[in-house]
Amino acid sequence: MSETRATEPALLDLEGLTKAYPGVVANDDVSFAIRPGEIHALLGENGAGKSTLVKMIYGLVKPDRGRMTMRGAPFAPASPAAARAEGVAMVFQHFSLFEALNVAENIALGMDHPPPPRELAGRIREVSAAYGLPLDPARRVGDLSAGERQRVEIVRCLLQDPKLLIMDEPTSVLTPQEVEILFRTLRKLAGEGTAILYISHKLEEIRALCEHATILRLGRVVDTCDPRQKSARELAEMMVGEELHVPVREAGAPGEVALEIRALSMPPASEFGTPLRDISLTLRKGEVLGIGGVAGNGQDELLAALSGESLAPAGTIRLAGRDISRLSPNQRRALGLLAAPEERLGHAAAPDMSLTENALLTGAVRERLTRRGFIDWARTRDFAGRIIEAFDVRTPGPENAARALSGGNLQKFVIGREVLQAPDVLVVNQPTWGVDASAAAAIRQALLDLAGEGAAVVVISQDLDELMEISDRFTALNEGRLAEPRPMRGLSIEEIGLMMGGAHDLEVSA
Amino acid sequence: MMFRLEKRPSPSRLWAAATPVLAVVATMIAGGVMFWLLGKDPFEAIRIIFWDPLFHETFGPYSRPQLLVKAGPLILIAIGLSLGFRAGIWNIGAEGQYIMGAIIGAGLGLAFYPTESRLIFPLMVLAGAFGGWLWAMIPALLRVRFGTNEILVSLMLVYVAEAFLASVSQGLLRNPDGMGFPGSRNFKDYPAAHNGEILAGTGMHWGVAAALVAVIFAHVLLSRHMLGFQVRLSGEAPRAARFAGVRPARLVLFCLGMSGALAGMAGLFEVSGPAGQISIDFNSGYGFTAIIVAFLGRLNPLGILLAGLLMALTYIGGELASLMLGIPAAAIQLFQGMLLFFLLAMDIFTNFRIRLKKPEAA
Repeated sequence: MSETRATEPALLDLEGLTKAYPGVVANDDVSFAIRPGEIHALLGENGAGKSTLVKMIYGLVKPDRGRMTMRGAPFAPASPAAARAEGVAMVFQHFSLFEALNVAENIALGMDHPPPPRELAGRIREVSAAYGLPLDPARRVGDLSAGERQRVEIVRCLLQDPKLLIMDEPTSVLTPQEVEILFRTLRKLAGEGTAILYISHKLEEIRALCEHATILRLGRVVDTCDPRQKSARELAEMMVGEELHVPVREAGAPGEVALEIRALSMPPASEFGTPLRDISLTLRKGEVLGIGGVAGNGQDELLAALSGESLAPAGTIRLAGRDISRLSPNQRRALGLLAAPEERLGHAAAPDMSLTENALLTGAVRERLTRRGFIDWARTRDFAGRIIEAFDVRTPGPENAARALSGGNLQKFVIGREVLQAPDVLVVNQPTWGVDASAAAAIRQALLDLAGEGAAVVVISQDLDELMEISDRFTALNEGRLAEPRPMRGLSIEEIGLMMGGAHDLEVSA
Repeated sequence: MMFRLEKRPSPSRLWAAATPVLAVVATMIAGGVMFWLLGKDPFEAIRIIFWDPLFHETFGPYSRPQLLVKAGPLILIAIGLSLGFRAGIWNIGAEGQYIMGAIIGAGLGLAFYPTESRLIFPLMVLAGAFGGWLWAMIPALLRVRFGTNEILVSLMLVYVAEAFLASVSQGLLRNPDGMGFPGSRNFKDYPAAHNGEILAGTGMHWGVAAALVAVIFAHVLLSRHMLGFQVRLSGEAPRAARFAGVRPARLVLFCLGMSGALAGMAGLFEVSGPAGQISIDFNSGYGFTAIIVAFLGRLNPLGILLAGLLMALTYIGGELASLMLGIPAAAIQLFQGMLLFFLLAMDIFTNFRIRLKKPEAA
C-alpha cells in the first residue's frame, strides 16, 4: 500500500525549512513530504523541534529559510486562518474550549465562517456519526470527559474538510478504549485520502498507527523509517541518538507492610476537585505500585492526602503501623514518607526561587538543613549540588531559578530531591509527564533503584507504558475510587482499560 | 515596528536594582511637567523637593532632623507590612494599628502620671506594640476563622480606630489640666514617658532606633531563618508552601500580628515624641504612606530603609515647595503617587525584556 503511495505526488512538500531563535536553531534544513492518505509520524524528544515545525505548517511561525509546496503550489501561510483555507487543520495538545458553552457554540467559535447554529448542529451530528465520534452538539463542554473534549476539537477540524490533519500528542488524556476509537477514526480519515501528521512520543502507538515516520533530533531530520518494521526500542534509540538505557530492576521479595490505607474517604478540597471514596490499599517494602487512570479522577487528592497537604480522617493512613493521617507534611517527612506532586512549577517547586531554595523546600527536615530555625545555606547548597550531580540536572548551577530549567531537568531535580532523602515510602504523581525519553528513563530507573533498596514506591501516572514497565502491581483511580490492585504481569490492556473505566463497580453489583 | 514583551528566564537582578532609580527619575520628569503646567519653574521645584531639605542654608538645619523623624515611623511600619506583602497577606490597615498602639501605649503612660521610673517608657513601648497587635488580630482571626478578606477588614478598622481616637482625646485621655480642650497631657512635660531625641539636633529618637533594629531583624529573618523562607515561599508559590509544610493560618497570624505590633510601636513612639500628645489628628497618615514605602523598597528591608528616607525627603521637600512656590498640596500628593505608579510600572522590566518586532511579511 505504501509503495503505491510513494509514487503519488506529495500533498505537502517541505524543503530545507530552517527556523532559528536567539541561541537555538529550532529547525535546521528540515525536508520531507507527506502524501495524501498517509498517517505520518513526527517523532522526537522534547526540544527536538516538532512544535516549531508544526507551527510553520499551521501558519503560526514563519520559516527563516526553505519553502513548502502544497499540491504543487507554493505554500507560505501567514496565519492559521490562511493555513486552514488551504486545508490544514490542527488539534492541539491543550484544548482551547470554553467550559460554559455547549459543543456547537465552541465549534462555531473556532471556525472562520460558521454556518447558522441549526445547520451547524446537524452537520456536527452528521460528521460525528460518520467517523464514530458520538457527540451531542447541545451538551455543555464543562460536563464532558477529556476524551469527549478531544472529539469536539477533532470534529471542529473535520467540519472544515481538511486535506492535512495535524495531531499533537492526542492520546495523552485518553483511556486505551478511547485511543482505539481515535485510531479507528484516523484510519478511516486516511482511507478517504486525508493526510495525518501525528506527533507523539508514545512509540507503541506510532507503531500501531503510522506507516511512515520522520525522526527529528536537535532540529534536524536524522532518520526516516516505516515504524511498523521497527521495534519500539529501535525507534527510541533513533530519537535519542544513543543506545537507550532500559530500566532494569532486581527482583526482590516484597517485605513487610510499609503503608496502609484503610477506607479513606475525603470530600474534595475545592469545588472542582474529586472526592476520594473508600480507598483501601496495602503497600509493602520493595514494591512499586502503579496507579493509572485518566486525569481528574482523584490523583491530586490522593497525593495531597498522602503528603499531608490535606488531612485525612484519623486512623485511615498508617505508615509502618503508625497512624499518620493527622500529621503535617514535615512530620510525615521526618517519619520517612515523601511525595512529589505532578505540577512542577508552583507545587513541587517555587518557579522564581533558586534550586538551592527549592532543595530546602522539602529537604529541610531529613537533610537537617536548619539549626534552631536558622537555615544552613552552605549545607543546603551542597544538597542542591548533590541532586544536580546525581540526577544529571542540566543547569549552570544551584543558584539558577527553577523556572529557567527545562521541564525534564526540573522534573529530574524534583524527583532527585526526594529520592536522595532515602524515603521509606515515596509517592510520585506523573513522574515523567512532558519529560524527554532519556530523562524519563533515568527517572524510572531511579524509582526502581529506590524500590530495590527496600523503599515502597507509589507511581500515579497516566502513561500506561510507564506503569507497565515499572509496576509490580497495578490499580486505577476512577471518580475517586481505587480498583483492587492486581499483579502487573499478565494484566491485559483490556483489563487495564476496564479498571481505568471504573468497571470494578460493575463487578461488585453483578 | 512593534514592541513585544518577552518573559525572562530568571528575574533580572540588574533591573530589580535599577527600577527604583529609574522610577525616581521618571517621577522627576513627569512631576516637572506637572509643575510646569501649573506655571511653576520645574527645575526649581524639583531642586526644592530633593535638594533643599538637606543642603539649603536656611532651611537645612531645621529640615535635616525632620528627615529621621518622618522616616522612622515610615520604615518601622513598612518593615512589618513588607513581611505580610511578601507572603501575600495584605494588611492595609496599619494606620488603625498605629493609632491603637498610640492610644494604649500613651494610656498606660498617662495612668502612671506623674510617677518617675525608668520602667515606664519601655512598658509604654510594649503596650503600644500590644495595642497594634491586638487591632491586627481582628482581621487576622476573621480571615483564619471565617475566610474574610483582610484587605477590607483591616482598612475599615482604620475608621473605627479614628473614631476611637476622637473619642478618647475628648474624653478618657483628655488632659485634666487642659481647660476642656481636646487632647491628652503633653509627654514633653512628663520626662519618664517622653520619647526625646537620643542625639540632640539629629531627629534621632527611640523610634528611629527601633526602625533600624527592625530593618536588621527583617533582613536576618528573610535571608537566614526558616520562618522568613516560609514567608517568601507562601508569597511566590502558595501551593508549594503548603507542600513544604507551611500552615497558612499560622502565617496569617504571624504576619498580621507582626505588622500590627510594629505599627503600634511606631504610633507610641510618635505620640510620646514628635507629636507629643494624643489629639484628634495626631496621626498623619504614616500607616498608609508606609504601604508606598514598602513597595518602593521592593519589600526588601534594606530597600525599605532607603525608600523611607526618600519618602520622608519628598514629604519635607514637598512642604517646602508648597511654602516657597505655592504649589498646591494636592499636586505634591500627586507627585508622591507618581513615584509608586512608576515603580510598579517599571517592575515589568525585571521579569520581561522588550524586543523590537518587525512586522512579519505576509
